[in-house]
Order: sequence, then structure tokens, then C-alpha cells
Amino acid sequence: MENVIQVNGLTMDFGGLRAVDSVDLYVKDKEIVALIGPNGAGKTTFFNCITGIYTPTKGDILVRSTKSQPVRINGFKPNRVTERGLARTFQNIRLFQNMTVLENAMIGKHCRLNAKILGALFRDKKTKAEELKAAQECWEILKKMGLENQCDELACNLPYGDQRKLEIARALATEPRLLLLDEPAAGMNPHETEELTHLIRKIRDEENIAILLIEHDMKLVMNLSERIYVMDHGQKIADGTPMDIRNNPEVIKAYLGEEIDA
Amino acid sequence: MNEIIKSLKVAVWFMFLTFPIMVIKVNTVYHIIEWRWMNMAMIGIGTFLISLLWRYLLERKDKKKPSDGVTLSARAQAYVQSRPLVKKGLGLAVLAALTVIPSFADAYQVNILTVALMYVVLGLGLNIVVGLAGLLDLGYVAFYAVGAYTYALLNHSFGLSFWIVLPLGGFFACIFGILLGFPVLRLRGDYLAIVTLGFGEIIRLVLENWSEFSHGPSGIAGIDRPNFFGLDLTLNQMNGAIYYMMIAFTIVTIFFVARLQNSRIGRAWLALREDDIACQAMGVGRTRTKLMAFALGATWAGLMGVVFAAKTSFINPASFTFLESAIILSIVVLGGMGSIPGVILGALIMILLPEYMRAFSQYRMLIFGGAMVVMMVFRPQGLVSNFRRKYSFHGMDERLGG
Ligand SMILES: Nc1ncnc2c1ncn2[C@@H]1O[C@H](COP(=O)(O)OP(=O)(O)O)[C@@H](O)[C@H]1O
Ligand SMILES: [Mg+2]
Repeated sequence: MENVIQVNGLTMDFGGLRAVDSVDLYVKDKEIVALIGPNGAGKTTFFNCITGIYTPTKGDILVRSTKSQPVRINGFKPNRVTERGLARTFQNIRLFQNMTVLENAMIGKHCRLNAKILGALFRDKKTKAEELKAAQECWEILKKMGLENQCDELACNLPYGDQRKLEIARALATEPRLLLLDEPAAGMNPHETEELTHLIRKIRDEENIAILLIEHDMKLVMNLSERIYVMDHGQKIADGTPMDIRNNPEVIKAYLGEEIDA
Repeated sequence: MNEIIKSLKVAVWFMFLTFPIMVIKVNTVYHIIEWRWMNMAMIGIGTFLISLLWRYLLERKDKKKPSDGVTLSARAQAYVQSRPLVKKGLGLAVLAALTVIPSFADAYQVNILTVALMYVVLGLGLNIVVGLAGLLDLGYVAFYAVGAYTYALLNHSFGLSFWIVLPLGGFFACIFGILLGFPVLRLRGDYLAIVTLGFGEIIRLVLENWSEFSHGPSGIAGIDRPNFFGLDLTLNQMNGAIYYMMIAFTIVTIFFVARLQNSRIGRAWLALREDDIACQAMGVGRTRTKLMAFALGATWAGLMGVVFAAKTSFINPASFTFLESAIILSIVVLGGMGSIPGVILGALIMILLPEYMRAFSQYRMLIFGGAMVVMMVFRPQGLVSNFRRKYSFHGMDERLGG
């Protein structure tokens, strides 16, 4: 098995604050990996570094999108990172609120299409065919996420849980090899969380996609993930199988008082 | 009751604030002070009533929201939107009306309509930048000036004809759009507005002061009017011809902007407007998308600039002040950002109303300002709100075997 992503010694400083401190991490093909840790541990910052929103202070991010050699993507713009096959969702939902559900997904497809300005103006056969194909593919993704009946609804009119799902659908539309989910179950009720767990597993099983997810819901994490990384104060304090993590004294200390049993 | 007390407070405040200017009048000849208490009373009562009305309207607006909030105009829009035939019919009716107008209206009316159509095109062009891509551009008139001076100078020095310079003017404006786009790529909101405002003023000041190049504040006169199939037209006929040309121009612009809006690039603009971080993270290149918006918006202004120079046959920098930018921007904001019918309506209101209400011309700016404030508070989405395109997937479920 190949690593989709390999992160070595990633460090991110904000002025004097070291939000991420030499973290190593890898995700293999079709693997579900969780990244957990108390609030403020630096998990979201870690995601932001990987996806090009921040340029890390130190470290290497190597991505292998095809069979070829891994590419170091430090300092790549977010859209270049996405073209390389990484797609993410946001902890605080960042949908395009005044666009329809389908259009949101079609933005995800943007980097896989190549209609140019003249194509838009004169709408030739090729452009039309491309648009139609993109719309159909997005529709299928939305169907998989159970949003096909809300295609023409504005994103801001969706209930909270559906907005989270649309974020995943939009990320899937970019045709990623690695899907990064930042607290996908936040704000969901137990029933919705259950449903989401199945969805995430289904995405991994049906497509050639690896998943790295940040989550506080321990039940979801323990159910889904094959490996878990634990961060605290910017540092990786543990990694291993769910069983290892559950019994790791350092993890228990970091989570002092918090429920960790599934 | 509460409202009345609040309004009373506002009235008292105003009476207090305006006391020095409205009540005290120093008579410097007799060295006495006149106390004009009547003014104070009038301000008090006036402010009280306006404040009360304002509160009443605000309350009504808030109340309407939770109930389904379907206004008449929204319903009309939905109706037109849902029936493409009605939409086409409406378009054709307007077109027919516009075509027959010159046969009975006088030259003055035709001229005003030509100007209004030019502003429709300018509004649609700026709409790409402000309405679709969400980049607040306060210097749009600079590109208009670039187009106008391109034609004026090339015609003046080399005698190039209108039809040759028309694409050139668009092209040069497009280059300027990209030139402005590069330095402001990282800017957002207010900062962007300030820089574009500055850019507009720089272009105007250069035109005003670089006399060897642009003939300075006195401008360029005697610019050739367009040549229509080599016909020898009288001034009136020429104005009619330009009018019809503008109708054609407007149709082409509407057609292109509508297509842009529903294309891959148009979607990217909207996404950029909604959330630029998410937009980039979803694989949309910000640099390219922004530059494209600036360049395309500028192109239309450039084309209109050429038409403007040809129509008036005289241009000088005074035609390209910030006020022009402000008017075009008001058209977009008033009509409804990102909505094509909205921008058309906005242009007609902004250009035709002042023409037909010359009696109030002194108060024009005051009325504009007041109208803008009222719009922002009561209908921030503009007169016509932007309907998103619906895709139809009827039967796709079965076809895909789902
Ligand atoms: N842009 C930023 N500038 C300065 N500090 C930041 C920035 N983003 C995050 N931080 C800090 O980095 C730390 C980690 O935050 P974050 O990655 O959001 O944690 P988590 O997602 O694990 O809850 C916090 O102390 C936060 O205040
Ligand atoms: Mg976080």
C-alpha cells in the first residue's frame, strides 16, 4: 500500500505561538484515520497547513496523487493543493450560502473542467457537453449524500445537518484521493451522526478515497478509524489503533475528565 | 408607545445638535444675535415625524420576514422565471417598443434613450465585477475613459475609423483592467474600494495634466462619428443610427453576460463573492478568476467609451469624474447586484428619472443619497433580486438507473 500523504516534522508558528510542533503523519490508500485532541490542540491549523491556507514554518508535506513520485506541496496555493487530490471541509461551515446546492457541488468540479471564456460566451458543443456531464456527476454525488431533492435549494436554506453533508459533497466533487473532514459531526444529533458514520464508510468503500478526519465524537472515531493520531498543545502525543489509544495513559491525561470510551 | 418615546428622544437630540446653526444667527451689522425659535420647533416636529415613520417601516419590514415574505415583485419574478415564454415575450415587447420610439419621439428623447442604453451596458459591465465577483470597484469610469481616449486620439492623430477602434478600445481597457487587477489581488472590501477609487482619479488626473498626450482639460473636439455603410447622414439620422446601434449593443451584452453568469467562470465569480477562502480550497484559482472579472468588466466600459466619444464627438477629462463611477455603481446596487433585469431597471431609473425631473435637478444628489440609504435598509438585495438558475433533472433518476 502506498501513502497518499506523508507529513514530516510539520511546524506552524503564529508569532510566538507554536500552534503545530513537528508533527509526523501519514495516511495510506483507502485508509480512515482520525486526528483527535482537546480544543486548541492545533488540529485545524494542521489541516490549514496541509491544504495551503497557511504556509507551514517548517516541515515537508508530500502528496502522491498518481503513480508518480510524491510531490512536496509546501507553499502551494489552496487551489493547486486541491488539484493534487486533497479536498477538505471546514469546521465552521463555509458553504456558498447564496448559491444552490447543485452549484455548490459544481464549484467543487471547477478544477476538473476546462471551459474557457470563449466557451462560456459562445457555448459551443464541447462546453455544453462538459457542463452537462459535470452537472450529472455532481447530481450523483448529491444523491449519494441524500441531497438530490434539494438540488435547487439555496445552501443557506438547508438544515444544519444537510449543510455539513453538502460540504462533504462539494469536497467529493473535486475528485480527491484524500478527503480531510474537520469535525463533520459537530452539531449533529446522535441519529444524524450514526447516518454520517455510514456515509463516510461508504465513501471510502465505494471509491478510491482515503479519509483523515478531526472529530470529538469518540463513538464515531472509534467506530470508523483504523488508526488514530492524538495531538495536544501542538504536539503529537500518541498514535496507533483505537485500542492502543483508548489505553494510552498520556491520552487519558490530555483528556482528563473527558469521556473517551465508546 | 416605546417607539414614540424613542422618536421624541431623536427629535430632542436633533434640536440640540442643530441649535447653533439653525437657531442662533449673528447679525454682524448690528452686532446682535437673532434667536430663531421657530426653526427649532420645525426641526423638532419634522425629525419626530420622520423618525416615527422610519421606525414604523422598519417594524413592518421585520414583521413581514417570518411570515412567508413573498412580495408581489418576488412573485412576479418567480412567474417570469418559471415560464421562459413569458420571459421571451416580455423581452420582445420591450424591444419592439424601443424600435418604434424614434418614429414618433423627437431627437431629444432618442438621445436620452441612447444615453440610458449606454448606461445599461456600463451597468452590466460593472455588474460582472461588483455584482458577480463581489469586488467593489469605485474607479470603473477609468476604463470608460481609456476607451473614449483610445478612439479620440487614434481618430485625431491617425484618422482611424470607429469600427476599427471599437475592438481596440475594448482591448486597451481590458489591458488596463488587468493592470489594475494585479496590485489589488490581495485586497478586499474597503481597501479594494479605496485603491480602485484612487486608480480612477489617477487616470483622470493624467488625462487632465499630460497635455501633450491628451490635450489636457480642453479635451479633444471634432471626433468622427461612426460611419454606417458609407451613408451620408444628417445629425438627426446619425443619432437615430447610433440609437439602433446601442439597441444591438445592449442585446449582445445581455446575451453575453447571461451566458457568462451561467458558465463555469460565472459560478466561480459567485463563489469568490460568497467565500473566497472556501472558493480557493475547492480548487478555484483566485488570481485568474479575479483578473478575469476585472478584465471583462473593463472591456465593456472600454467599448462604451469608444461609442461615447463617437456619439458626442467631443471628450474631455471632466466627463470621467468619480461621479460617473458612482452613478454606474448606483445602477448596479439599486437594480440588484448580479441580476440582469435589475441592472437594466436600475439604469433606466437612474438615467431617465433625473432627465424627466429637471425641476428638481438641484436636489439630485440629495435624492440619490437618500434613495441609497433607504434601499440599503429596506431592500439590500436591490429592486430585482438575483434568481439562481435551476437545473432540471426530471427523469434523471430513472435514466441513471438509481
Ligand atoms: N490565524 C491564527 N493566528 C494566530 N493564532 C492562531 C491562528 N489560528 C489558530 N491559532 C491558534 O492556534 C491554536 C490551535 O488552534 P486550532 O488549530 O484551531 O485548534 P483545534 O482545531 O485543535 O481546536 C490555538 O491556540 C489558536 O488560538
Ligand atoms: Mg478546530
